[in-house]
Amino acid sequence: MPAYAAGSARLKNGISFVSRLYYVLRRGWKWFAIFLTVTGPGIIVMIADNDAGGITTYAATGAKYGYGLLWFLVILGPVAYVIQEMTVRLGAVTKRGHAEAIFDAFGPFWGWFSLTDLILTDWLTLITEFIGMTAALSIFHVPPILTVIVVSVIMFLMVLQGRYWTWEKIAFLFCLLNLVYIPGAILVHPSVSDIIHSGVIPNFPGGFNNEMFFFLMANIGTTIAPWMIFFQQSSVVDKSLKERDIPWGRLDTAVGAFATVLVAVFIIITTGSVLKGTSVEDAAQASIALMGFNKWIGTFLAIGLFDAGFLGAICISLASSWAFGEVFGWAHSLNNKIREAPWFYGSYLILVGTAGAVVLLPGAPLVLITLFVQVIATTLLPAAMVFLILLLNDKERMGEYRNTRLQNALSVTVVIVIVALSTMYAVTALFPNLLK
Amino acid sequence: MMKRIREINRRYAGHHVTMTPAVKVALLLLRIYLLALVGILVVKFVLIVSGK
Repeated sequence: MPAYAAGSARLKNGISFVSRLYYVLRRGWKWFAIFLTVTGPGIIVMIADNDAGGITTYAATGAKYGYGLLWFLVILGPVAYVIQEMTVRLGAVTKRGHAEAIFDAFGPFWGWFSLTDLILTDWLTLITEFIGMTAALSIFHVPPILTVIVVSVIMFLMVLQGRYWTWEKIAFLFCLLNLVYIPGAILVHPSVSDIIHSGVIPNFPGGFNNEMFFFLMANIGTTIAPWMIFFQQSSVVDKSLKERDIPWGRLDTAVGAFATVLVAVFIIITTGSVLKGTSVEDAAQASIALMGFNKWIGTFLAIGLFDAGFLGAICISLASSWAFGEVFGWAHSLNNKIREAPWFYGSYLILVGTAGAVVLLPGAPLVLITLFVQVIATTLLPAAMVFLILLLNDKERMGEYRNTRLQNALSVTVVIVIVALSTMYAVTALFPNLLK
Repeated sequence: MMKRIREINRRYAGHHVTMTPAVKVALLLLRIYLLALVGILVVKFVLIVSGK
């Protein structure tokens, strides 16, 4: 072959490579842009799932068992995905929130039961989020009354701006702040070989006893909560996701499940490295203890606790207001202005205002409220999950998007295990000496 | 408010899901489960009130 022909072939190959690379990058960017547009409900609900109560549970788990239960949290990620993925399909296909879907499918009895239980559970959980936020900022000498007022105003401004898209992007910023636990964990210089050795292989440090069982159930309870089902389905509807967006919704949920496990793992690594063997009652106490070791690590945990409470609060209060709006037929979209949806925003304001006020009441039974949240949530969780599976199997409603046999096998197994364990958790919370 | 609730009850009256045997069994089990849970709560309440 003459030299000029070989050069020409190389040039052609070079151009071909550049054009292929350009095509691949452009396609990748287009896919990423679509993902950014569709993503939201899954990531937000999953990260908000690591709320103030969740952070306390993870901090206490690390302090008690070190890295020993990391493997268990890794399992809980897919479990949460299996449940939440169904809400994406149900919302995208029926264009209805979970509360309205229950009313429509199962009648007023189950509808009112679910709505009342949801509102009560959400309100009590909202109080626990305010407890977490005030406790976190008290570490920085911020008075609880100031925390409650400022947080309530920010929460209200977030929904009042009149666009779902904007609310979602602001929520994303708080989700990013939740990653503050990662530098905290890196600062403790954990031993990677110890993490792999004691955290990856399933084991029960100290044997499978009552205390271990209680911790396992507490971790499950923080991973799957009834409000998550209602929130994500309503969110998918408010975002106007269509059937064609379901694969993206699945990816969104999977990324969220990964992120929630990642955050939980890093919290356990932090407290498991520094506080192992100590008893942690709440995350604020863990933050103060960590500050004694390294000021920044404790600070990161406190900031993370505030952020977790805030994320939980914004999602829980919205889940309730959406549910109210769906059932009562009020305008209930974040795209509505306040004059277009006064009841929707009014119910949101009442929920947030009263929950915040309870925390400020002198002598309020905050410990009893925290206990009650676990019990009341247990009455709603099985109902919400059973309705979810039944609706996902309704051929007339779901058509080609109904559950496959594999999805049913997975979801039914998950529901049975969670219902059994969460029931035992509630019973042991009510009767602590029962298993001793 | 009561008028609105009655209207909601009318609008959603009856089941609109296909009532297969599996659905019926699931709803029955759910009723039994919730009744049992309410029973446990009542026991706890009685124990608290009686100071035990």
